[in-house]
Amino acid sequence: MSTNEWPLWEVFIRSKQGLNHKHVGSLRAADSTMALDNARDVYTRRSEGISIWVVESNYVHANDPADADAYFEPSDTKIFRHPTFYEVHEGIKHM
Amino acid sequence: MKNEALFRFLLRLGDDSLILGQRLAEWCGHGPILEEDIAMTNISLDLIGQAMSILDYAGVVEDKGRDCDKLGLLRFESEYVNLLLVEQPNGDFGDTMMRQFLFDAFRKPLYERLVNSSDKQLAAIADKSLKETRYHLKHSSEWIIRLGDGTEESHTRIQNSLDTLWRYSSELFYSDEVDNELTKTGILPDLSGIRSEWEATVNSVFQQATIVIPTNNWKFEGGRLGRHSEHFGHLLSELQYMQRAYPNMQW
Amino acid sequence: MRVLESVELEQKFQDKIDKEIKIEPNDWMPDAYRKTLIRQMSQHAHSEVVGMLPEANWITRAPNLRRKAVLLAKVQDEAGHGLYLYSATETLGADREATIDDLHSGKAKYSSIFNYPAVSWADIGAIGWLVDGAAIMNQVALCRCSYGPYARAMVKICKEESFHQRQGYELLTTLANGSPEQKQLAQEALNRFWWPALMMFGPNDDESPNSAQSMKWKIKRLSNDELRQNFIDATVPQAELIGLKVPDPNLKWNEETGHYDFSPINWDEFWQVVGGNGPCNKQRVDARRKAKENGLWVREAAMAFAEKRASRKSA
Repeated sequence: MSTNEWPLWEVFIRSKQGLNHKHVGSLRAADSTMALDNARDVYTRRSEGISIWVVESNYVHANDPADADAYFEPSDTKIFRHPTFYEVHEGIKHM
Repeated sequence: MKNEALFRFLLRLGDDSLILGQRLAEWCGHGPILEEDIAMTNISLDLIGQAMSILDYAGVVEDKGRDCDKLGLLRFESEYVNLLLVEQPNGDFGDTMMRQFLFDAFRKPLYERLVNSSDKQLAAIADKSLKETRYHLKHSSEWIIRLGDGTEESHTRIQNSLDTLWRYSSELFYSDEVDNELTKTGILPDLSGIRSEWEATVNSVFQQATIVIPTNNWKFEGGRLGRHSEHFGHLLSELQYMQRAYPNMQW
Repeated sequence: MRVLESVELEQKFQDKIDKEIKIEPNDWMPDAYRKTLIRQMSQHAHSEVVGMLPEANWITRAPNLRRKAVLLAKVQDEAGHGLYLYSATETLGADREATIDDLHSGKAKYSSIFNYPAVSWADIGAIGWLVDGAAIMNQVALCRCSYGPYARAMVKICKEESFHQRQGYELLTTLANGSPEQKQLAQEALNRFWWPALMMFGPNDDESPNSAQSMKWKIKRLSNDELRQNFIDATVPQAELIGLKVPDPNLKWNEETGHYDFSPINWDEFWQVVGGNGPCNKQRVDARRKAKENGLWVREAAMAFAEKRASRKSA
């Protein structure tokens, strides 16, 4: 019975001007026009958004979680990238 | 009553929204896919919301203490003045979308004109409803095109829907002394361009959908004067059930 | 070697859970965890969708237009919630339509409460107040569930549902303060839905074999009996406040335990309904199956159209 199933789409919504689009969930739609309509009807019933992006889920690529250590841990040790790493003279108020 | 013609015009407008909203609500829980179930409910909600503000205002104009519930749920059959089109049964999804499309394509240019009404309240209602209706028309047009240009089966079905519902389309442009009176007093802007705009929309969408307007041009009218189809009494028996079974109570 | 590896992976997995680190879709997880989640989440999704039916039964007959709009919006929310939950289930590799087919074939279950009929307008109030109230007890706990997509869906759902219970209680309050006929409608609805609502939390803890593992995995955060007791403690005063009587002669506040005592639940009835013998089991599944079957030509048409357009564009 699962023939002709509509593809899955990921939905991203900008909740207000000035903010990023944020992933809110997914839905089924036959094409992008319908995906946008459905996203509007499913995910903005309570004025959650002012702009919608939809991307067919097939086109979202993710890193393998098994590589997470190799991907992300090296940056943990580079604490000098953060401003709190540096001492600032007490007399200076803003920097 | 301050303005009999305005009252009757508002009833027509409000009844169309109410009855179509009621019909669409019957789909809730039974749509062809969850996403579309939600979409149809949204349209139904918009229409019921419109009916509430329009009929409430009709009650104000009438000035006999009736609100949207008294007007919407307690008139007799012949006192409802909605289009025959909107009371037609849901049929299959194609019938529902065709009914919706023929109506939306008419409602949009109507509201576009009503926003310029000299009656501020009517103009405000039209302004809010127009935004909703634009979306409804987008939604129903897209479905007519998809179904018409989809599979062989869907093409046949939507053509049949058009063949069945076309006979109710001329009533969209019914006009009588109510409209004349309101145009004379400047409450209604010139509505004469609506028909050609509707025809342009309908022709363009049907062309993309590869379906054709039936040659049988027999027309049904009467809703605007309170003469309804057999289906209507059954619709009312649900719509009015609680108000009739338990009169004069708060809910 | 392979056994060792999987033992190690499971240990790591459990450590994460113990540290309250959420599990995300592509993370390693034991098969049993995945299966348990798929079963529970799809049941939950089915419950939302089947749960539309008893309430939708009253939309066209709502007593006034405000109530009609509220009910329509509420039932629509249930569809949305079903959709959020199917989406979350799909992150585990469970195809939505296949999951739905399991519901239609009778393989998958849903909350038994929806196999009871909504026969009066007051039942709409009772469903909102008691059924959604009970569901919210469960769902608030699930917002902290260990599986990220499920927990996030629950947060969203809880936020949206907060109006559902209130509208139900408000509806019943109006009836309870109304005419004698209205008050009777309200009392009868409470009588009908009280016990089935208590059954929603599932069998007693000692009869619930999978609970311990689910608690360990933090798929479940509170036991059936704890949730049920919380629900009763919260709900009884609400009934009293509007002058309705909870249909349990043994219901009594227990100073010692700080909870209400209540009569034993009729588990025979529960298992009968779960097993398919409730008043509406067949009707509900038939309605959903029919919706899917009647929609097949529509879904096929949309797909065919999309493919045609795509090929015309690329041609």
